[in-house]
Amino acid sequence: MIEQIIFIVISLFTLMMGWIVVSNNNLFHAALALMASFLGVAGLYVMLDAGFLAMAQLLVYIGAISILIIFAIMLTRRMMQTEESPFNSQPGLAGITAVSVFAVIAFIFWQMREFWPLGAGEGAMPPADKSIILGSVAKLGEYFVSPDAFVLPFEVASVMLLAALIGSIWVAWPKTEDES
Amino acid sequence: MDNQILIDYLPIAVLLGISIFFAVLLPVLSLTLGPKQGAKRNLAPYESGMTAIGEAQRRLPVKFYRIAVLFILFDVDIILLVPWAVTFRKLGLYGLYAMLIFMVIFILGDAWVWKKGVLEWD
Amino acid sequence: MSFSFLEFLKSLVELTTGTYLRQVWGAKPWVDPTLDAIGVILVATFGLLIVLVLIWLERKVIARFQDRIGPNRVGGKYGLLQPVADALKLLTKEIITPSGADKWAYNLAPFLIVITALMMWAVMPFAPGVVGVDLNVGLFYVLAISSVSVVTVLLAGWGSNNKYALLGAFRAVAQMVSYEVPMILSLLIPIILARSMSSVDIVKAQTVPFAIVVPISALIFFISSLAEMGRTPFDLLEAESEIVAGFHIEYSGMKFAMFMLAEYISALFMSGLFTTVFLGGYRFFGLEMIKTASGFALGNLIGLIAFFVKMFVVFVVLVWIRGTLPRFRIDQMMDFNWKFLVPLSLALILVAALVDKALPVGVNDWTRAGVHLVSNVVVGAVTLEILRRNGRKQRTAHEEVRENADIETAAAH
Repeated sequence: MIEQIIFIVISLFTLMMGWIVVSNNNLFHAALALMASFLGVAGLYVMLDAGFLAMAQLLVYIGAISILIIFAIMLTRRMMQTEESPFNSQPGLAGITAVSVFAVIAFIFWQMREFWPLGAGEGAMPPADKSIILGSVAKLGEYFVSPDAFVLPFEVASVMLLAALIGSIWVAWPKTEDES
Repeated sequence: MDNQILIDYLPIAVLLGISIFFAVLLPVLSLTLGPKQGAKRNLAPYESGMTAIGEAQRRLPVKFYRIAVLFILFDVDIILLVPWAVTFRKLGLYGLYAMLIFMVIFILGDAWVWKKGVLEWD
Repeated sequence: MSFSFLEFLKSLVELTTGTYLRQVWGAKPWVDPTLDAIGVILVATFGLLIVLVLIWLERKVIARFQDRIGPNRVGGKYGLLQPVADALKLLTKEIITPSGADKWAYNLAPFLIVITALMMWAVMPFAPGVVGVDLNVGLFYVLAISSVSVVTVLLAGWGSNNKYALLGAFRAVAQMVSYEVPMILSLLIPIILARSMSSVDIVKAQTVPFAIVVPISALIFFISSLAEMGRTPFDLLEAESEIVAGFHIEYSGMKFAMFMLAEYISALFMSGLFTTVFLGGYRFFGLEMIKTASGFALGNLIGLIAFFVKMFVVFVVLVWIRGTLPRFRIDQMMDFNWKFLVPLSLALILVAALVDKALPVGVNDWTRAGVHLVSNVVVGAVTLEILRRNGRKQRTAHEEVRENADIETAAAH
C-alpha cells in the first residue's frame, strides 16, 4: 500500500514537472523543471529495484545532459525571457503521436494480462530475490562483454560514442576564423 | 512494506527529509533574526561599487559548450565501464579483450579531439 | 528483551545501539524508520556542527602557515568560539534578493547545495557496522549526488543577475565537469580491486590500503577531488582578484553561509571518501576487530577513532595545499585535466586490468598488491619521462624563438 502511494506521488511529481517544461515561457525555468522531472524518473528506477540505473540517470541526465541543455539555452541570445507562447502550431499532430504511443503501451500492458495483478495479490509475480537485485550490476558487467549476450551492442555503443564525439565537435566548431 | 530494496533506501529518504528541514531552517532563521531594511541600494547587483552597466545575462562562449559535450561522452563511456569493473575478476580473458576494443575505439576519438585542438583553451 | 540502562551504555560504546534497540523493541513496523531517523539526524547534525570545528581548524592552520596567530580573542586563548561568533553574526544579517535576480534559481541554489552536501554522507562507513546505508552502488551514489552540485552552481551564477557571478559559474561548471572524468576513472581501479562499489566492501577489501597498492590513482583522485571542490590551487572559480567571489557573490547572511557550509561539509566528505577508498577507512592494523574476553567489542570504537584521525589528517593536508600552492590559470587547469589526468587515468585502468588478469587466481592479497604497486611505479616513471621530454622540447622551441628574435633585433639595429 505504502509502495503504491510513493509511486503515485513520484509519478505525479514527474508528470507535473514535465507539464511545466512544455508550458513555461522562461526557458531556464523549463530546464530546471526538466531536471526535477529527471529526478522523478530516477525515483521510479529506485522503486523498480534498479539502483544502478537510478544513479546513472542522476549522473548522466541531471549532472551532464541538463548542464548541456542549460548551456545550449545560454548560447542562444535573447531566448531566456521570451513573451511568445511556448506552443507551436501543430497540436493536432502531437496529439495523434501521443495517443498512438499510449495505444502501443496499453496494448503491451494488455498482452501481459496473465501476470495481472502486478502488485502483491494472489497469483501475482513473486518479487525478485534480494541477492539477484544486489548482484545485478555485476551481472550487467558480465553480460556486457559476454558473446552470448550484449557484447555486440556494447562495442557498437563505443562506435556510436565516437560518432557522437566527432559529430558534436564538428557542429560546435567555428566554421570561419572570426566566429571563434 | 514487502519490498526489501525500498527499505534499503529508507535512510536515504529520511536523510533527504532532514536535509530539506535544515536547508529551509537556516534561511528562515536568518529571515526572522536579521534586519529587513529593503533599501533599494542594497538590492542593486554588485559591480565594484558602480551602477551595473548592461545586462548580466550574457551569451556563453562556445568553448564551454564543447567541454560539456566532451564530458557527456566521457560520462556515458565511464558508466558503461563501471559494471565491467565490478565484475572484472570473474570474467575470463574475453572480458579483457571486449573492453580493450571498446577502450581503443573511444581513445581513438579522444586522440582525434586532441589533434583537432578542441582541448586548447585559447 | 527488556531495556537495561547498563546494556544501553555498553551498546553506545560498542556502537551497536541500533541493533540493541531493535532487540529491545522487537519487530514492529515503526522500529526501522525511527532508528533510521535517529541515525540520520545524528549524521546531519554532526555534518552541520563539525563545520564549526573545520572553520576554526582551517583558519588556525592557515594562520600558522602564514606566520600569524589566527583567531585568538573569542572563546579563550585559542579562539575556539570564533566560528560560533561568525555564524551568529551571519544569522543577524539581512537576507536580500538582488533586483533583477531570477527568484527561483537564486533561492533554490543554496537550498540544493546544502542538501547535496548532507546527502552524500549516507554511504560513509564511520566504523565497523556504522554506516547510513550500505548501498551496492555506494560510490556511484556519491558521484551521482555530487554531480547535482554542479547544477546548483549554475543556478546561483545565473540567478544572481551579476556578471561576476555568471563568469564564476561558467568557470566552475567547466572545471567541475572536467575533473569529474579523472575522478570517476581513478575510482574505477579500487572498484576493480575490491570487486564492489559498496563503500563497506571496499573498506573490507583493503588488507593493504589502496593508496599503497595504486598510489598514482590515489593521487589522481585526490587532485581531482580538490578541483571538484574548487579548493586551492583550483579556486579560480572564486578568484578574489578577478571575479570577486564567483558564483556566490550576491548572497548575503545565512544564504551565503549555506554555501560556506556546503563547501566545508563536502571538503570533509571528500577527505572521508579518500580515507575510505584509499586509506583503508576505519581499518587500523586489525585493532578494529578486537573484542575483550567478555565479548565486549571495543574494536568498533577504535575503528571510529582511526577513521576520524585519518579523515582529519587528509583535511589538514587540504589546508596545507591551500597554504602552499598558487592558483592555476584556466588554460593550465584545462590542459592539466584533459591532456594529463584523463589520459593517465585511462592508461592506469588498462594497466590495472592487464596486471590483474595476468596474475593467477589464487594469489594472496600481498603479492597482488606488490605487483600492482610495481606496475604503478613503472607507469609513474614512464609518465615522468614523457613529461621531461615534452618539457625539453618546449624549452628548446622557446629558446629558438628567442634566439631568432634576438638576431632580428640585432639585424634591425
